[in-house]
Parts: sequence; structure tokens; C-alpha cells
Amino acid sequence: MSEPTPQPLARTDFYQEIRRNKWRTFVILLAFVVLIVLVGVAVDILLGFGIGGVAIAFVIALGMAFFSYFNSDKVALAVTGAKPADGPEYQRYHNLVEGLCIAAGLPKPRLYVIDDAAPNAFATGRNPKHSALAVTTGLLTLMNRTELEGVVAHELSHVKNYDILASTVAVTAVGTIALLSDLGLRFWIFGGNRDRGDSNSGAIGVVIAIAAMALLILAPLAAYLMQFSMSRKRELLADATGVQLTRYPPGLASALKKLQTDKAVVHHATRATAQLWIESPLDREEGKKGSRLNRMFDTHPPLDERIKLLEAM
Amino acid sequence: MTVIIIVVVVGLLLLFVALAYNSLVRGRNRVDNSWSQIDVQLKRRYDLIPNLVETVKGYAAHEKGTFEAVTNARSNAISAQEGGDVAQQAQAENQLSGALKSLFAVAEAYPDLKANQNFLQLQEELTSTEDRISYARQFYNDSVLGYNNSIQSFPKNILAGMFNFEKREFFETAPEETGPVKVQF
Repeated sequence: MSEPTPQPLARTDFYQEIRRNKWRTFVILLAFVVLIVLVGVAVDILLGFGIGGVAIAFVIALGMAFFSYFNSDKVALAVTGAKPADGPEYQRYHNLVEGLCIAAGLPKPRLYVIDDAAPNAFATGRNPKHSALAVTTGLLTLMNRTELEGVVAHELSHVKNYDILASTVAVTAVGTIALLSDLGLRFWIFGGNRDRGDSNSGAIGVVIAIAAMALLILAPLAAYLMQFSMSRKRELLADATGVQLTRYPPGLASALKKLQTDKAVVHHATRATAQLWIESPLDREEGKKGSRLNRMFDTHPPLDERIKLLEAM
Repeated sequence: MTVIIIVVVVGLLLLFVALAYNSLVRGRNRVDNSWSQIDVQLKRRYDLIPNLVETVKGYAAHEKGTFEAVTNARSNAISAQEGGDVAQQAQAENQLSGALKSLFAVAEAYPDLKANQNFLQLQEELTSTEDRISYARQFYNDSVLGYNNSIQSFPKNILAGMFNFEKREFFETAPEETGPVKVQF
């Protein structure tokens, strides 16, 4: 194979890649815990109800996240206008999914089609028994069998790796942090700061208070960045797990290359569903990519990078 | 105090043994189940073949030799599967794959047949069944890998030795069989 990339990666195998990405998820989840504790401490310093505040914010965030966890498939399918893939023209799609499900040891998900010329696909459902897979008609016409297998294997990997659960955990953590710091700042501004004078006085007290405030302001932003970072890691994990199913990295690589040259944008995509798709259905504008700051808010790693990783497998 | 500590330690140890034993049983059952999944897919292929032969017969009735070869190979494969000898089964499957290859080669000469919707559908079914067979074998090998890893690594290997959990063999295809059946047009 030709290697036109400027810095070729060291050969990896997908087992290694899977282990690495699972480890990264664990690190991010740990960082969420640390951040929640820090924010709790900050609220405690400023207002004196840290533990109670954390508990309240956590319960609210958990409640909201669990609602979306149990309804994720219905909402995603309704919002994107997906229809069940019935009829003989979808036989190839059904056969291909069944084969890959055998390889993955998963039950066959419900299959849907979205009438859209832009090639894309997503999987949803809280566990393998409740999973659903949707592809656009554009994907079915544009991809050949091995490419389609690569894409479907990537999507099944999201199911196999419980990515809906992983993102629910991340959303809960982000929600807790956002609520808590919002609560903390509001109370502090609107006169809930009786304790401040009593417990910390003098210059050190002021410094600590300012640091705590800064933390409350910055924590939600950090939490969002961590959520996006985790989403990108889960994409790489799904690429690697997908290869474990097809044992054919060039299939997915060539599918991603086709996605790269295709400039159509999915009609029914919103920011809320962005992290479900095989590639980001949003911002395809030229010249926007490359900015490092922008990349931090992406749900997906750049296609170039994913292709490069696949070619090294 | 010491009594409590001893009770706790023994309790934890028993808990570990129970959990580890159960996970070994799960792993062994997964290996057995994934092995039988291969048979399910092989059977699916046997079931498709009579239909395929009938369809081709409608257009190319005089290609008797080819039909007979496919039918014989199919019944050989079925009896080899029932016999349970893995090497023999692999050989019979090989023969069947070869016979199917020549059946599709025959179909090549009949443009009407190639345009037949039923034939195209059977061809798609057969291709995806070939895929499924290899995916089922792959899943079997993945299950074996996971199971062998768990019975050979510490500390489960101690339990595996005590309760006779034996290492399983990978499914390896005969050299001629590597590569899917080519269906050409």
C-alpha cells in the first residue's frame, strides 16, 4: 500500500486500539468526578452548602439524563424522520447487518432508512436489545458492499460498546457541573454569602473566594470540552471495534474517504443528534476546519485522522 | 475481632471463587453456542441450494452434470456435518464450494438467467450466507480466544485446573478454502 501521509503511524492492531480508547474513557470519567468534587468544594467555600448542593444538582441532572437515556432511540428516529427499512430493495442492507451481528454476537437491531441524499448513518438505543440502526438512502447508493459493511460495523460497535450509556453518563456529569456552578454563582451574587465573612477573613480568604468563583465560571466550559473529547474517543473506539468485526480496515477507510469528498449535508441533523452519526453531519464549510479551538468543540475526530489510523491497522 | 477478620477474608475468597467459576462457565457456554451458530449458517446454505438448482434448471436444463455435482456435494456435506468429524466436514464444505462455483460459471452463459429476479435474489442470499459462515467462524474464534485467555491467566487458571476447564481449538480453514466462493458474471 502507498503511504502518502507525511508522518506514517506505527502499526497498531485493533485490540491495542480498543484497549487504549477504553482507558481514555475511564480517564475522562475520572476527571469528571474530580471536577464535580472541585466545584462542590468551591460552592462550599463560597456558600457553605457544598455537599447538599452537589446532591441536589446531581439528582436533577440524573433525572433529566435518564429521561433522555430511555427515550434516546424514539427521539433520534423521530427527529431524523427515519422509516423502517421494509421491502426487497433493502435486502442487502438486512443481510449485511445480520452477518455483522453474528460476528459481534449481538441481536439484530431494528433497521431504518432516512430519505436523504447525504451519505450518513447512526445507531441508537440504550442496550443491544433495544438498539436501532438508521442509514440514509444516499449511503446505500454511494457505498459498495465492503464500504457499507465498514460503516455498519462502526455503528454496531457503538451499540456493542454501550456508547449511549457512556454519553448519558457524560451528559449527567456535565449537567451536574453546569447546574451546580449556576446555582453557586446566583446565590453568591444575590446575597447568599453570609458565611463568607465568618469562615475566611483577610487576604487569603479573598484569594480563595476569587479562585472558587473562577472555578465556578470555568467548570461548565471544561465539562463541555471533556464531553466532546469523550465523544471523539468513542468514535475512534467504534472505528477500532468495527475493524474487529469486519477484519478489513480498508473497507471503512474507503467509506470515510467517500464521505470526505461528499459535500452534501444531512437535512434533519441538529447539534443535539450530532454525536450519533458516523461522521459529523454539521459544519462542512470549507476553511473552517484546522482551527485548534474549533476542533475542541467537535463531536467527531477529523476524517483525515480516522483514515490514517485505519490505514495503520 | 480476629474471628470477624477471618470470616470476612474467607467470605471474600468464596465470593471470588463463585464469581470466577461462573464467568468460566459463561465463557465455555459461549464457545459451545458460537460453534453451533456455524452449523446454523451452514444449514442455511444447504437449504438455499435446491432452490438455486431449480432456478438454474429452468434456463439451462441440459447442464445435468453440474446439477448432479452440486446436489451430491450438498448431501455429502450434510452427512459430514451429522458425522461430526471436523476435518471431513471441512473437506465436504470445500467440495460444495467448488461445485457452486461451477454452477455460477454455467449461469454465466445464459443472459436470461442472469436477468432473472429470483436468481439474483438467490445469489444475494448465497453471498451473504457465505459472509455469515465466515462471520460465525470468526465469532467462534473470538469466543475461543477470550475463553482460552481467561483459563490460562492468573488467578482463574487455578480454578480452571481444579474444575477441568479445557483449552479449546481455533477453527482453521483448509488452505484451499481461504477466500470466498467467487460469484462471477
